[in-house]
Amino acid sequence: METYSTTLGQVNTASIIIFFVFVAITLMITYWAAKRTKTTSEFYAADRSISGFQNGLALAGDYMSAASFLGIAGMVALKGYDGLIYSIGFLVGWPLVMFLVAEPLRNLGKFTFADVVAFRLRQRPVRIASSAGSLMTVVFYLIAQMVGAGSLITSLFGLPYEVAVVLVGCVMIAYVLFGGMLATTWVQIIKAVLLLGGATLLVIMTLSHFSMNPLVLFEQAAIKYSDAVLSPGGFVTNPWDALSLGIALMLGTAGLPHILMRFFTVPDARQARRSVFLATGFIGYFYILTFIIGFGAMVLVGREVVSSLDKGGNMAALLLAESVGGQFFLGFIAAVAFATILAVVAGLTLSGASTLSHDLYVNVVKRGKADERGEVRVAKASTLLLGVLAIVLGLTFKGQNVAFMVGLAFAIAASANFPALLMSIVWSGFTTRGAVASIVTGASLAVILIILSPTVWVDILKNREAIFALKNPALLSMPAAFLAGIIVSLRKKEPEAAMKFEEVKLRTYLGIGAE
Amino acid sequence: MSVTASKVHEIIGSDTFKSLVRRRTLVSSVLTVIMLVVYIGFILSIAFYRDILALPIAPYLPIGLPIGIGLIVFAWLLTGYYTRWANKSYDRHVRELRNKVLQQ
Repeated sequence: METYSTTLGQVNTASIIIFFVFVAITLMITYWAAKRTKTTSEFYAADRSISGFQNGLALAGDYMSAASFLGIAGMVALKGYDGLIYSIGFLVGWPLVMFLVAEPLRNLGKFTFADVVAFRLRQRPVRIASSAGSLMTVVFYLIAQMVGAGSLITSLFGLPYEVAVVLVGCVMIAYVLFGGMLATTWVQIIKAVLLLGGATLLVIMTLSHFSMNPLVLFEQAAIKYSDAVLSPGGFVTNPWDALSLGIALMLGTAGLPHILMRFFTVPDARQARRSVFLATGFIGYFYILTFIIGFGAMVLVGREVVSSLDKGGNMAALLLAESVGGQFFLGFIAAVAFATILAVVAGLTLSGASTLSHDLYVNVVKRGKADERGEVRVAKASTLLLGVLAIVLGLTFKGQNVAFMVGLAFAIAASANFPALLMSIVWSGFTTRGAVASIVTGASLAVILIILSPTVWVDILKNREAIFALKNPALLSMPAAFLAGIIVSLRKKEPEAAMKFEEVKLRTYLGIGAE
Repeated sequence: MSVTASKVHEIIGSDTFKSLVRRRTLVSSVLTVIMLVVYIGFILSIAFYRDILALPIAPYLPIGLPIGIGLIVFAWLLTGYYTRWANKSYDRHVRELRNKVLQQ
């Protein structure tokens, strides 16, 4: 078998230059944003100045991580149709966000989704519980992103892993610390445009080898590797597994703190609605692109080459870029992948920092009485703290198999965050104890069950057989969280909270009193 | 802007508000159920009717392919349908109610 020559792993000047241009431009934007990031409203929510269209791009940017771009393209390259099944799971959560969460969230909350959950309930217990759910989601997601960033930069450039992690950490701290939500939003927008544009270009250049007809591409793939790649393979063997993952992805999307936070950056519910519509379109388009990219890599590069460079197939998109566009295009796509990582971790850090400052410091420690400047100072300090923590975690988990942490983050979001959020919006009988019970049940079950699942118990801890059969706990932890919330709320009523529900309704449906 | 408690109570109890809530709940729930049914149906058909999905509707084009891509487009169209309904019908009623509340 002839050896495949690739420049991957060697220094790619184009990539370095493009990446530094991106960092330079975004740091300039951060400087511009810094002058407009003095108040809490500006730091957390860009002073509600983001339009529906801009937020749609930013939401899509936040969601389209390097892991999903490289990972899904890789999965399609190695397994074909199965990669599409996986992508669809990520997409279908967005309609649910639109129908159930987006507008009520914008109307009821101020800066964080805990604002909504704690709206009529006793602040301290609910804020503490929501913050825990929120921080757990953010931290697990962050670990996966930081480790992914480090290994990606290492395998692409040969830079030492530690240097890569520290570099990513420092730039992202700069974005958030100085530019707050305004800077991170614009970084997301730029990155989303680059990612969608770059992927579109990659698809066009790939399809030019196949008479601009995807069907010809699929035909070639089937001829090369058998018809099986065009149909479902081994991904959905156990329906319970697939359902559990599907639930985690669908409902988890509506519980991701860094996504929910973006709804507070637009002026009103109508713009929030518009941004979800656009985001769904962008993300759907993106998954169609990654599908074609994966098949392109399968045919033009070959499965053996793709998997030899990385077992998960993560190099597929980059190898394809090199194959159709040479070293320069490879460099461009690689730079876009780094930009993607930077943008996503910045968004996560901001969301974590806002939980620490707005939810915990202001509402728990200071019992709701903190002055503007004090809160902004604490928010910035939290950013630094969380950024350093992200770097430390990235270094600690070097070389570990952390892919399961994304699934875990979604499972926690679906179990701890989403049920409480939904129940507080729609049910007048939802009580403080119910909220706490729901969040604690969802979070603990999600974590415990995933430890006992094949993903951790067998693959990582090397035991023989898993105690909990499903790879993702959401099928159990999500309903359990709903049940806990319902049962505990019914056992002891909270009349003060029930009375305030009228105000909730006025605000949810008419937007009166929204901030 | 502050609205007195009695005013809040009056609006919440009014027929116009109740019908607004009812309509909104109906639209949200139905669309949510549709999305859930379609997606779960898709997953279950892969689990149990895999061979049907592999049936080709053209050379090298198993029906599962357009169905999968179609699902993505469908999800987006659902959000589009909701947005159009909300922008045209729902927002109009909200504006009317808001004017009533805030004028007095």
